[in-house]
Amino acid sequence: MSDTPTKVVVDCSTGITEVLPLTEAEIADMETAQVAAEAERVEREAKVAADATAKSALLKKLGITQEEARLLLS
Amino acid sequence: MATYTLISSNVLSSSAASVTFSAIPATYTDLVLRYAARSTLNSTDTYVTFNGSSATNYSATFVGANTTTAASSRETSATYANNIWTMNRSTTTASTFSSAELYIPSYTVSQNKPFSGTGVIENNSATTGFNLAATAMLWRVTSAITSITITPETGSFVADSSFYLYGISNA
Repeated sequence: MSDTPTKVVVDCSTGITEVLPLTEAEIADMETAQVAAEAERVEREAKVAADATAKSALLKKLGITQEEARLLLS
Repeated sequence: MATYTLISSNVLSSSAASVTFSAIPATYTDLVLRYAARSTLNSTDTYVTFNGSSATNYSATFVGANTTTAASSRETSATYANNIWTMNRSTTTASTFSSAELYIPSYTVSQNKPFSGTGVIENNSATTGFNLAATAMLWRVTSAITSITITPETGSFVADSSFYLYGISNA
């Protein structure tokens, strides 16, 4: 069985730091957020990879290098 | 004379699912939160909320780049402000941490709260990647900010992640 996740609260008025266990509701929220975040991350990274592939294909089609393309746009 | 004052800080002695700075004094003009973080899981973003609110009043517009490619995104009516690419993921080189910052101007003024985030994820590797990002964020609430919570996109912050809250005064 894993340990209960904790949260850290720093009270700026006293300087006291508390380490508190997450409630069951907070743990459930955390798990839901993790599923959504993982999907979002995968989607974003897939887009970055797809854009890079498309850019590379376009440069190849045009018969120019990335440096030459940058020069054209400068 | 303008001043830049450390309000509070915390270096985690063990992993934590979130870090909150509460009871922030209203005596400064702007706030700066600087942090060096790493996730226990494969995630790179940190979520920002104010005053414990998770209402859909946050938005974020992001531009960034990794080793080869630029990226951008826009999130509106979110339950947090997503400070993208501001945390080393578990798959980056061991013991590497991001460097990130939030700048929150006029945090006590009765108006919506535009603020900025920047971050670098450096992998300490000659061959594989880094990420660099800047994010414009907005909290559409006019209340003064009295607490800030930073949460990893997934997982927890690992031990030794560090957080420093500063107050800037223009008087």
